[in-house]
Amino acid sequence: MKILVCISSVPDTTSKISFEEGNTKFAKGGIQYIIGPYDDYALARAVELKEANGGSITVLNVGQADTEAQIRKALAIGADSAVRIDADPTDSYFVASEIASYAKDKAFDLILMGRETTDYNSGVVHGIVGELLGIPSFSPVMELNVEGSKVFIAKEIEGGKEKIETSIPVVLGCQEPIAEWKIPSMRGIMGARTKPIEVVAASAAALTAVISYELPPAKGAVKMIAAEDAGSLIKLLQTEAKVL
Amino acid sequence: MSVLIFAELAEGIIKKNSHEAIYYGSLVAKQTGSSAVVLAIGEATEAELAKAGSFGVAKVVYVNKTENIMAYAKVLADTVKSTGASVVVSAKSPLADAILARAAGALKGGFVGNITALPETENGFVVTRSIFSGKAFAKTSVTSGVKLLAIKKNVLTVEESSDLASVETLSINTSEEDSSAKVLSVDKASGAVSLPEADIVVSGGRGMKGPEHWQPLLDLAEALGAATACSKPVSDLDWRPHHEHVGQTGVKVAPNLYIAAGISGAIQHLAGVNSSKVIVVINKDPEAPFFKAADYGIVGDVFEVLPKLTEAVKALK
Repeated sequence: MKILVCISSVPDTTSKISFEEGNTKFAKGGIQYIIGPYDDYALARAVELKEANGGSITVLNVGQADTEAQIRKALAIGADSAVRIDADPTDSYFVASEIASYAKDKAFDLILMGRETTDYNSGVVHGIVGELLGIPSFSPVMELNVEGSKVFIAKEIEGGKEKIETSIPVVLGCQEPIAEWKIPSMRGIMGARTKPIEVVAASAAALTAVISYELPPAKGAVKMIAAEDAGSLIKLLQTEAKVL
Repeated sequence: MSVLIFAELAEGIIKKNSHEAIYYGSLVAKQTGSSAVVLAIGEATEAELAKAGSFGVAKVVYVNKTENIMAYAKVLADTVKSTGASVVVSAKSPLADAILARAAGALKGGFVGNITALPETENGFVVTRSIFSGKAFAKTSVTSGVKLLAIKKNVLTVEESSDLASVETLSINTSEEDSSAKVLSVDKASGAVSLPEADIVVSGGRGMKGPEHWQPLLDLAEALGAATACSKPVSDLDWRPHHEHVGQTGVKVAPNLYIAAGISGAIQHLAGVNSSKVIVVINKDPEAPFFKAADYGIVGDVFEVLPKLTEAVKALK
């Protein structure tokens, strides 16, 4: 089985977000970057499928040179080879076009990625890739099993889940509990150091662009109510906050 | 700038989040001196579909068909082409994301999700969207011919009229249907209030001490007509189903009122709830970080506080 796992490089989810250069640029100073948490689930399931069925995993990142640490970590976790499309991933259609042009003549059985990146939260790259390659796409996928050319998935829907049978090739946007995150072994880390990362120039054009950023207004002070008098909260919610 | 609004149907009615999308689309059309059309796919009566008129759009194109996402997306892309629409609007949802994504691929359209305000259309086309799970906003310009927009919940107050829309039923060639996916089973909580659409959410964390202690929380939710939710540790421990998990990697909610019982308020949890209008936090630990993000707080035992709240809600009615 040939699997492509697309990963994003995003600020750690506990990061304090701020901007610089007149709110036109994300302030990278002091920020710890990680593999996108959802992409990390996709990678973990890919490694499990490879362990069970054999095959190979290619990890792909659309990003600039500073994403190397995240690509190396993916190699250490279990990817066999890596490719980086050299570009700033700011637009969903652009990122999807780059993934689709890389994948189109390589006969991947599965193209996996997270349901969304945790920076821009768009959640559409998998669908656009599926459309551009003319193959099915599903998201958010919580279970994934492969039997021969058949693919069995459970997809989250509002208030529950739906089990679907489809077939390879397919594009999937993944989320927990598809697999447990994997921690790279020492052997994996050593092996990943020398694996080559292929760098490909980007060719598509972005269809959207961020002009400026802003932070939400500061929250007012919390109003505390004594536990003995908890019932009075309901009155406040009705008359003061006007939400009941 | 002709607008096409994708409206979601569920159990025979236009979903509440789509009311806002229809209204948003009608305002975009008005602002640009153009017209808007609603596309609804699924099952609904003509009388129900005509209600789109009350949210400001005079025409509904209806496709009676409940096929898979690939087929939905094709209908959407074809309708954009046949109506000449240059803006596609939908409420943000897993279904809409999947359909708009494929349509974006087919139409070479720029997509912007989690939009929080009407577009600026005087000079180009600029929308504001929430990013980093609500921790920031980005003004984003869209330069493609077709623009696809997914609107975040609760960004506009919908003004309803008594107008009715005309409904045109479109028949499509079934031989073109996609058979690449077979639905094996659907497991859906029935009767419960839908979490992403709920106006009030009551949510529990590890402070609830175990799945067998959930009744006081369920009682309050029932009294308020609220949806129930939980923190990530609670769903990881299997105390509550995964689709109730609210947070950075779970469902993101934007209700009018979010009540958190026994949730300390990790930054990842806040990322899923920070678009709520009013947040109430109940926790026995006065140092719980969630109090900093709350509008109202009660320091106390959830098992004593929740029943008092339920009682007060019942007394109100």
